[in-house]
Formats: sequence, C-alpha cells, structure tokens
Amino acid sequence: MSCILTAEHVHKIKAARKVLKEFKYEPAKLEKGYANKSLYINISNNSIVSKDVTEKMKDVFIGGKGFGLWYLWNAVNPLTKWNDPENEIVISPGPIAGITQYPGAGKSLVVSISPTTGSVVDSNVGGHFGPFLKFSGWDALEIQGKADREVIIFIDGNKGTISIEEAPLESVDTHLIIEELTEMYAESDEDKRNISVVSSGTAAQNSYIGLLNFSFYDKRRKSPRVKQAGRGGIGTVFRDKKIKAIVVKFNGVKGDLNNPVDLKKIQELGIKLHKEIHDFDAIQTQKREVGTANLVEIMNDYDLLPVNNFKYGNHPETWKIDSKQIKKKVTQNMPDGCWYGCSMACAKAVDGFILKTGPYKGQKVLIDGPEYETVAAVGSNLGIFNLDHVLECNFYCDTYGVDTISLGTTTAFLMECYESNILNKEITGGLELTFGNKDAAMELLHQMSRGESFGKIAGLGVRKIKELLVKEYGAEPQFLNDIGMENKGMEYSQYISKESLAQQGGYAMTNKGPQHDEAWLIFMDMVNNQIPSFEDKAEALHYFPMFRTWFGLMGLCKLPWNDIEPANNRQTSEPAKVPEHVQNYVELFNSVTGKTINKQELIVQSERVYNFQRIFNIKMGFGQKVHDNPPYRSVGPVTVEEYLSRQDRYDQQMKELIGVAPDGKTIEEKIKITRKYREDQYEELRQTVYKRRGWTENGIPTLEHIRNLGIDFPEVLEVVNKHL
Amino acid sequence: MIKVNNRPVEWQEGMTIKKLINILKYSYPVLIVTINGEHIPREKYEAATVSDGDDVKIIHPIAGG
Repeated sequence: MSCILTAEHVHKIKAARKVLKEFKYEPAKLEKGYANKSLYINISNNSIVSKDVTEKMKDVFIGGKGFGLWYLWNAVNPLTKWNDPENEIVISPGPIAGITQYPGAGKSLVVSISPTTGSVVDSNVGGHFGPFLKFSGWDALEIQGKADREVIIFIDGNKGTISIEEAPLESVDTHLIIEELTEMYAESDEDKRNISVVSSGTAAQNSYIGLLNFSFYDKRRKSPRVKQAGRGGIGTVFRDKKIKAIVVKFNGVKGDLNNPVDLKKIQELGIKLHKEIHDFDAIQTQKREVGTANLVEIMNDYDLLPVNNFKYGNHPETWKIDSKQIKKKVTQNMPDGCWYGCSMACAKAVDGFILKTGPYKGQKVLIDGPEYETVAAVGSNLGIFNLDHVLECNFYCDTYGVDTISLGTTTAFLMECYESNILNKEITGGLELTFGNKDAAMELLHQMSRGESFGKIAGLGVRKIKELLVKEYGAEPQFLNDIGMENKGMEYSQYISKESLAQQGGYAMTNKGPQHDEAWLIFMDMVNNQIPSFEDKAEALHYFPMFRTWFGLMGLCKLPWNDIEPANNRQTSEPAKVPEHVQNYVELFNSVTGKTINKQELIVQSERVYNFQRIFNIKMGFGQKVHDNPPYRSVGPVTVEEYLSRQDRYDQQMKELIGVAPDGKTIEEKIKITRKYREDQYEELRQTVYKRRGWTENGIPTLEHIRNLGIDFPEVLEVVNKHL
Repeated sequence: MIKVNNRPVEWQEGMTIKKLINILKYSYPVLIVTINGEHIPREKYEAATVSDGDDVKIIHPIAGG
C-alpha cells in the first residue's frame, strides 16, 4: 500500500474518535449456516437492535440478496428516494458463505435503493467482511438513517460489541482509510488479518456511481486489499449517510464455523473441485494465472470487445492491453484468492505502481486487478489502448470509490457526444473528450473526486446526462437514447450484444439493469447457435438468470461454476449448465443447512426472490415492459460508420433474414430496414420470455405465478393488483 | 460448403479442424468439436480432415461472463 502511516498519525485520528453509542451482545453460535440473528443500526438516532431471523425468512428468502430485498422492502415506501433516511444499505453473506472447503464461498450481497436507477439494486462482492460478519453472529446488517457527522461503525465479533463512533480525521479515499483502520483496530500485526473494512471514496460523495470496497488483509504483502460492490451507486448512498467505514473484527476463522450438518460431504465436494481446478485451469480459463483478464483477447477475437462506446467489437491495438501484457505487470504471479480455501484464486495485484496524475502523483501504490470489465470500460471502450492508463484509472476508481463499469460507459458516451458536436470544450470546461484521449479521461475522474467542473456532470451517469443535454443544450433525444448505453438508469457492462438477440434480452430484461451477472448468452447464441428459436432463447433467459440469482442468495462466487469444467462435461447433454457443478451446489446447500432440495427446487428458490425483486421494482414505479427497452446501440448499428464496419454481415442478413435486397440502397435506408427488423425480433423475444417467466404481456408476474411461488403476501398482492 | 454450428461456411481444399478454427478465429481455450456427430479430441485437430458438405459443430462451453 502506498501511504506512509505513522504511529503518530494513527494516534491522532484515534484520539479524535468519540463513541456515540455502544451495544453489547452475546455472539450467536452458527447453526446450519445461519446465525439466526440480524443486526439493525440506525445512524440518525444511533439505535442498535438485534433482530431474529425467522424460519419463514429462511424458507422464502434464503439469505444474501433475499434477506437484503426483504429488509429493504419493509424499510421503504414507493416514494422513498435513494438519499432519504429511510433508504437502507443491507449487507448479507448467505448460508453457505464462510465455508473454507469449497472454492468461491466468501461473498456478500449488498442491497439498497440506487441513485442512478431509483429502484432496488444488488451488488455481489468478495473480501472478508461477509464471512466475518456472520461469524460475529449476524446473518445480515441493515443500516438505516443519516448521520449528522462522519461516523464509523465497528463490530467486534469476539468481544460482542458494536459501536458507532464519530470519525472526524480518518481519510475518505479507500487506500488510505483501510490502512488507517486496519492499523487502528488490530492489536498486533498478526491481528490485522482479522479486520475487514467497508469503505468508499471522495468521488462517491460527488457522483451517483459510487461503489463500496470490501477489504481483506494480504499477509504476503502485509497490506489490506479490496474487492468492489460496484454496480448501482451504493457507495454514493454510503457517503450520503456520512459513513466513512464499517469495520468488522473476527479472530478465529475455522472450517466448521457454519456448523454444517455434513462437513465430510462438503470436504468431499471441495476436494473434487480443487482437483479439477488443479488439473484443468491451466488449459481452460487460466483464472489462477491471469484472473478474468484473459477475456480481453477472447472478446476481441469474437468481435465482442466494446470499442468507442460499443460501436465496434475489436481493435488492432487490443494486444497492448490484453492479459499477456497484464501478466507482466502482476507482481505476485501466484494463485491469489479473496477468501480462504478458494483455489480458483482469480485475484491479482500490481505492486509498486507509480502514479502519474492526481493527488497521489508520484506515490507507489498497490492496485488490485485489473479485471476484464475494467480493462474494457476504461480502455477499449474509450479507444485507449494504454495499460498504464488502465492501471492508473483502476487505482483511482477504487480509492475514489467509483464503479469502473459505469465510469467507462458514461465517459464513452460523453466522448461520442463530443465527437458528434453535442458537447464542446466550452461545455466540458476545456476537456477535449475525444476517443483515445487518456489525459482527458483521467482528468474527468479527478474532477469527479473533487466534485467540480465537468466531472460533476459525468458523475450523474448516462441517463441523467441525457436528460441534461436535452434540457440545457437542446440535444436530439432519440440519438442520445440510441447511443447512451443504459437501461433502467444503469450503465451497460462491457460486452457487445448487437449480434446476439438473447444477450440483448439478457441485458435489458434484468431486474437491476444491464449487468451480465443474470445471463451471459452470447456464445450459446451468436457463436454456438444452440438456442436458435425464440422459445430456446426464452428458456435460456429463464434458466440462467434464475440459476445465477442463486449464487447471490448463498454468498457464492459464480466463477467456480463454469470457469472450470469437469473432464466429462462435454459429454453431458447440457454442457453450458455444467450439470456436475449444479449437483455440487445442491449437495453443498443440503450439507450446510440439512435441507433436501434438488436441482429443480434450487431454481424455485431463486425464482421466488427474482420475482419478488421484480415486484419490488414495480412497487418503486419500475419493473414493467417499458423499463425493459434497450438502447438501440445494444441491438444494432446506429450510425453510418457503425454499419460500414460490418457492412458485409449486415447486407447478408438483410438479404437472407429480412428478405430485402440491399443493392441500390443508401446506408441510411439499410440502417432503417435493419432497425425495424431487429426491434421486431426483440419484441417477439420479450413476449416469449415474459410468458416463460410467468409474467403478463406488460411484464408483471401473474397472480397464479406468485401464488405458486408462495410469495403471495398481502403487501405483494397489493402492489401487483394495481397493475393487472 | 460445410455447416458449422448449423450455419454455412465456405469449404476449402485441405481443410482440417485446426485450419477451420483459425479461419473462424475461435480462440476460446475450451472447444467441443464434432464432425458429422463424431467427437474430435483436441490432439487430433491438426489431423482431422473436414470434407465438403460436412456438418461440423464447434461448441464453446461457456455461459457466463
């Protein structure tokens, strides 16, 4: 880590702390993956309450994101805005979280009302906080209210104490505060690994796209590192509540703390997967070696890497930012995970990187990552093929508390607006926001941190910038809506979906917005052609979002599901589902909780929560057909240059699929014909998906479906009945 | 003409699975390949000849980004 933390500095900030409220409790012993208690903290009046987790909650909402949605549902009303005191941040790890025998079991789910979408958002994050929270006796942490001064919440899971502390002198930027708090709350160097900090940063308080960092202590580097809950602006909510950090301390991690019913079975499942990873990772996805960054060159090869605001899918200079180059920068070069026992070990870090810009210019820092999404978002999608820029931007996004995906997609949109003469230097305060201009892109981020100039505008995110450009500068709304890569107010993650109808739905028919963690079907659809009919695509858009929702109920990472595959997976009837690993998850859940689900019931568990989240959106004024409309850039070519870049393909499709001869037509005419066809295809897909999901033509879950799922609570029916 | 994943692809004299994968720029590290339903293991990609009219499947077993 970069900062030079002196004992004097730590003493000074410690001396300035003032305990505003202290609460003592008897840490619950976990039973079958649950503490059966959740922690409620209101920082408006400094109240701290221990709540019981009921059997019904566990049956219906399971844990993780399910618990978060249920608590938030009860906390807000349809008029609640993201910055109202009623809004909550709920962190919950899930019943499987914290096991150390099976890879990828250290996740937390964070739920809140989002500043960018105005509705409920969930974000999945690694680091040690979630398991430590559960081992401290809490299945979930709800934070409500708004503090009138800067505070830190500290949970000591061994002593059984919780305190809300005034924190006037601590830093806000993450790379500083995680060091300060790790030092302050640890009793020795050895004790530092027992600390995990949730923090954000200065740009989160000046933008709507703020993220939360969750720390874990790296013993080899002797430094805390971070993982991010990036999507939906929850870091902005965090800073609006005047929370500088949440700290949990727990000493005594062991493999059996969840008190599962069948530890031996969990060990067997874990050993089997560890062996697969050991034997096959090097010839499969190389997560242990390069993390997720290997996708950079793969996406480029398949024309799926976003370039210049998702106009194009590849670029000849991609090699400059691909995983081979990143590997040269990663300093540890050995498997590196974010939770104990994860042999998938996809975490990576760059040590000793010397910053070239910003307030920490000249300092040597540690950078966690970069992940594929970051490389694409702040690299190729901005037309920037410079790895040092990507690393610098990665560092500043993390420490300033900004989501790299939202920042990248927003900056790409601004760059296209600039090149289309919608923006100019006068409006941007002198920034020449052309594609490829790395200096302008970095300065925009620094301005966001300072809350000044055009960076403040950029921090609004794509949807609100579109509204502003129309209102203040008379921009043409349709063009902005076509090229502004957002849906429901959330910026798109980094895949080109134009040639995959299923993925267009996988992005726009999501609950929280276009994040690929619900469904990623591009290869099944565009490359493998395995789901050719509307019904096939709808089935995939039912199964995969439901299956992947399940990870968020449990506290699990998605990667060990299908970024490693058993040797015989190719011989199975549905290799895309990785059936053996699905069965592992069924057995893992049963072995922890003592319940007896099968793979069908696993999907039903998710379906309950998924449909509840859809209804939650409806409660907040969203969640209907109109909110599942994609921007046309995600469906087909908007501009002439974009059409020309794939003219052969589009002309051929016009002839073979649409039945229209392209000869003699202008590019503009061809764009129009292509658009009509593609939008009709999307509409037909949408109706097929709604039907498969048990929804009406307007995207509302039917009463029959709600009853079948057992979520027909009076308050749920009240919301739905208004729309049926 | 051959079919790859049920889509037409121009056949070339001397085509092998390895050459076909290169033409299609299929760089994903894990592929499931069949010719007319017969599985072709990775070590035989260079030797496996693709004839005109063959039905080739090159499946990328990936459903998650």
